Amino acid sequence: MVSAKQTSDFDLDTVRADFPVLSRKVHGEQLSYLDNASSSQVPNAVIEREIKYLSEEHSNVHRGVHTLSQIATNEFERARESVRAFINAAEAKECIFVRGCTEGINLVANGYGRKFINEGDEILVSQMEHHANIVPWQMIAEQRGARIRVIPMNENGELIIDEYENLLNERTRMVAVAHVSNALGTVNPIREVIATAHKFGIPVCVDGAQAVPHFRVDVRDLDADFYAFSGHKMFAPTGSGVVYGKQEWLEKMDPWQGGGSMIRYVTFEKTRYAGLPEKFEAGTPAIESQIGLGAAIDYLNSIDLDAAFAWEHELLGYATEKLSAIEGVRIIGTAKNKASVLSFTIEGVHPHDIGTILDQQGIAIRAGHHCAQPVMQFFGIPATARASFAFYNTKEEADRLAEAIEKVIQVFG
Amino acid sequence: MSELNDLYQEVILEHNKNPRNFHEMPDANYRADGHNPLCGDQLKVFLRVDGDVIADVSFTGSGCAISKASASMMTQALKGKTREEAETLFDEFHRMVTGKLDIETDENVLGKLRIFAGVLEFPARVKCASLSWHTVHAALHGEEDASTE
Repeated sequence: MVSAKQTSDFDLDTVRADFPVLSRKVHGEQLSYLDNASSSQVPNAVIEREIKYLSEEHSNVHRGVHTLSQIATNEFERARESVRAFINAAEAKECIFVRGCTEGINLVANGYGRKFINEGDEILVSQMEHHANIVPWQMIAEQRGARIRVIPMNENGELIIDEYENLLNERTRMVAVAHVSNALGTVNPIREVIATAHKFGIPVCVDGAQAVPHFRVDVRDLDADFYAFSGHKMFAPTGSGVVYGKQEWLEKMDPWQGGGSMIRYVTFEKTRYAGLPEKFEAGTPAIESQIGLGAAIDYLNSIDLDAAFAWEHELLGYATEKLSAIEGVRIIGTAKNKASVLSFTIEGVHPHDIGTILDQQGIAIRAGHHCAQPVMQFFGIPATARASFAFYNTKEEADRLAEAIEKVIQVFG
Repeated sequence: MSELNDLYQEVILEHNKNPRNFHEMPDANYRADGHNPLCGDQLKVFLRVDGDVIADVSFTGSGCAISKASASMMTQALKGKTREEAETLFDEFHRMVTGKLDIETDENVLGKLRIFAGVLEFPARVKCASLSWHTVHAALHGEEDASTE
């Protein structure tokens, strides 16, 4: 029996008060924000940090000798150090600032692919990948004459590890797998996936967008070669993001974008590239967004994060049980190990209609293919409705979700 | 919730449940595929045009209640119409769901299709209502694909 009472000692009310948008109304109803896998909300600490930066500290980084440029540079690099500590990278220069997870994966696909992927080579991606961890690899495969092979999953949405091992061979140049599936919520056994690839000397690129906001990630413990994630899914502004890469790989790779900042010396005959991380950061970066990411990490470090993650996990279990009990609701993604995401369909109702009817009741969810069309094809459905939780969500919101779904079934009766 | 009732009216729910002319047409002489890249919905329309008259029209595909009901009611509205009349309906429907035609004050021949005026309050759903119309329009102009992009 599930209980609507909060059982952990996590201070939910205080944390909710840190996120101003959570108190607003939508269509005259209290907002229940259950679309965190698309983009999470931003706490006061981040908003205030951005205001301070823009009103007192803004200038370009790594350029000026004047005071503001020096402050901006210091704060930008301080954010990088916060990121390093948060994911336990060995060196801050292994944390490349990018626009988001998508740009991070494109950086790896191009930087690594142009150097190490050749005709006849193979790239492994999993059946449950977001388009961001499929399309960049397809593009580089096409350029280099390589081919994509797919690690299959089972009906629960779990990778079939035996088949993965059979796919690895001397032509495999890269394994690209999500830590957590954005469409299904599956937490993949990523340490095991990486260890297996390393037996063949193959690097692994992890899409960590849905992992970093939901449990602690230690890139050295995982032994990840590349690990990309977005700031805006972890309570930071859009335009912030990180791709971690092991120094040894990043140094061997060529930059994928050219321009200012990424050079050591330029003539018309030849350019020498800058060292890490600047080599991969051409042009002026999203300075205030990355400083905002640093502030988001400071915020996460200021709350009882382990309790917050435990609470969110309890909530996912509670909501799953609630929705499973409703006749006509089918949960898509029933892996044993899941995080944050609750994808579902209602018999006879298209997910977009579910999304519109829920929105009218103040409940924000995502409806669609979640940029994971191969997942939809696997389950033989055009789309799903997806509720996704953050630690600031409540059991009352899960109850409202269940009631609203009952209402949808009533309308479409 | 009153706006919601404007969108999900009985007629729309009924057409969603029992779409009319919901089948392929082997002897169609015009056909096209419609895609809504936003939601991944796909739709096929089939037309048999005799001379200048749309003798038969049908559709298949998956979609939300709005897109299915709109396609269903579109097929009913188009049957027996001339190309020119179909063009007028397309134009008026398009202007209605994009707020450029007021069904109360502007002259129109939309008839039952006026029910889709409510979609205006739901900007994210306008493309759902107009996909089938764009697809028919593409088919009649000899194009194989239509998109709501």
